[in-house]
Amino acid sequence: MLMSLSWNSLRSRKKSVVLTFFSLLISISVLLSVEHIRLQAKESFNRTISDVDLIVGAPSGQLNLLLYSVFRMGSPTNNIYYQSYERLKNHEQVSWAIPISLGDSHQGFRVMGTNAAYFAHFKYGNKQALTFEKGQPFQSLFQTVIGADVAKKLGYQVGDEVVIAHGAGSTSFTHHDDTPFTVSGILKSTGTPVDKTVHVSLTAIEAIHLPHPQQTKLLENPSAAADLAPESVTAVLLGLKSKFAIFKLQRDVNNDKSDKLMAILPGVALNELWQLMATVENLLRVISVLILVSSLFGLSTMLLASMQQRQHEIAVLRVLGAGPHVIFTLVLLEALILVVLAMLAATGLISLAISLLSDWLSSTYGLFLSANMMQTEIILVYAVVIIASIITSAIPAYDAYKSALHSTLSAR
Amino acid sequence: MMTSETPNQLNQNAIQVNNVLHRYKTTDDDKGLFIAQWRVQRGQQVFLHGESGSGKTTLLNLLAGVLTPNEGNIHILNQPFSTLKAHKRDKFRADHIGVVFQQFNLIPYLSVLKNIQLANHFSSTHLNNVEERAADYVQKLKLPANILHTAANALSIGQQQRVAIARALINKPELLLVDEPTSALDASAKDAFMRVLTEVCEAAGATLVFVSHDMYLRQFFPVSVEMSELLSQREDV
Repeated sequence: MLMSLSWNSLRSRKKSVVLTFFSLLISISVLLSVEHIRLQAKESFNRTISDVDLIVGAPSGQLNLLLYSVFRMGSPTNNIYYQSYERLKNHEQVSWAIPISLGDSHQGFRVMGTNAAYFAHFKYGNKQALTFEKGQPFQSLFQTVIGADVAKKLGYQVGDEVVIAHGAGSTSFTHHDDTPFTVSGILKSTGTPVDKTVHVSLTAIEAIHLPHPQQTKLLENPSAAADLAPESVTAVLLGLKSKFAIFKLQRDVNNDKSDKLMAILPGVALNELWQLMATVENLLRVISVLILVSSLFGLSTMLLASMQQRQHEIAVLRVLGAGPHVIFTLVLLEALILVVLAMLAATGLISLAISLLSDWLSSTYGLFLSANMMQTEIILVYAVVIIASIITSAIPAYDAYKSALHSTLSAR
Repeated sequence: MMTSETPNQLNQNAIQVNNVLHRYKTTDDDKGLFIAQWRVQRGQQVFLHGESGSGKTTLLNLLAGVLTPNEGNIHILNQPFSTLKAHKRDKFRADHIGVVFQQFNLIPYLSVLKNIQLANHFSSTHLNNVEERAADYVQKLKLPANILHTAANALSIGQQQRVAIARALINKPELLLVDEPTSALDASAKDAFMRVLTEVCEAAGATLVFVSHDMYLRQFFPVSVEMSELLSQREDV
């Protein structure tokens, strides 16, 4: 009954209520999306790489190396010798090594050269290995394994022919039209940049950069591919036999005389990223909290302003036997109805926005955001918003309470 | 009025006012309202007449329990009323007292039915046939049958006042307090309103205290009381 009374009371003041609702909707959306994106970005980045102890690449910043080798963001600064990869692979402390070679693209998706070790040892999320939706790893030179998003977006099936271009943009000047690849496998969706990657063998990367006549020869006689030894790779992901060896190996790699190398710990590099973002994050949170507070004040102003016209209503309710606490609850309920509706709408709005923008976010920023808002931290934000709105609307509710206490039959 | 009563007569009192003093806080000169004794028997319909400012609305506020006396006490239906705790007084009012104001009796944005249901919601007599009873009153009060689902602010003042009677009577209260309900009505509407009010009240067996400054309305009541007769003098008042 009280609920219906509050609801009808809100409906009777449609204009100011709708405006207040929108102000709440906007502020809660800002707060929720800042929190959600912050959490999801961390989660998305953290799940991208798992179980890799060291990443070795050409010397640059550790963040830079991490971003291009794992998140496929930005361009590699320099390559390292293929021999360096082989030396690392055979190092006594190294359990496995995955070479990766970047720089080409296919219809806007990055092409990555690698070898069988990638499918055997690469892990994401909570140490989950890559699995195939269909097909198998590439066996021969002109075969490719594509990520789930690539298959979905371009409609490729196992057995289809694809063409790989040089350069990282979706429109490239030199298309390698002469080197068609066959899809040998499609990976299961991982929610990481793997989904947006076209995987080929390291030799295939060499092959697509050969002059035209040699390519033709190669196509006629694929067994000649054995001669195509790759000269360089972009980075190497390492898994060690013992975690205790990580720092020693890192030092050894950094001091290597035969090649210019840099080894980084993915966790340390990620931490550097979070530290960089922390200031911006906190700034965004402070701003969104301030916006919320201002719209909650707007809500209580709206309710306070309505109290003037509601003296009669309060007098009537009093005479019907409603105690002052009922009047207090009634005003609080009105505020809570609005806030809860705004929260639901904001959640819907953000989920919708994320599902609409997810493609763009993942391809531009490597961010894989879930449209599902039901996480512990977000629920905590809901609770904080509810508590904050109870506190601010206690002001008009107390006003109503006081006027209910002094309301008499002569109230005109 | 000041006669001593046998216990039997006492049982029949709807209202019993004993040495009630109410001070108006707004003035410094200790102006107040003092009523030594007043009894209204159950089932009576009393016309309480007084000029503006004679304190009749204050008395009504005291009887409704919205105000409490500074001294003395009020018993309603032979139960102490003015000395009850605030929330118990609210509950008692919801259960046993119906009130009709001069104007603005209804929550404007609710339907007539919702307004009537609201009165039942706050009382402890949870009727399961509110709608039925409401429809019954609508008929008795000569209101159009489809009025129950009309928003209260779409009604004329006369209709609103009749709905207010239905609302006040829905919980079968023993006491009905009415404050100048006809002041916004024209002469013909006044007569019609008074007739249905007294009829419906009699049928419901409710005690009626009707407050007005309009002597014309006295004709509808068997008992009439002057506000000035009620008030007693006290040295400090």
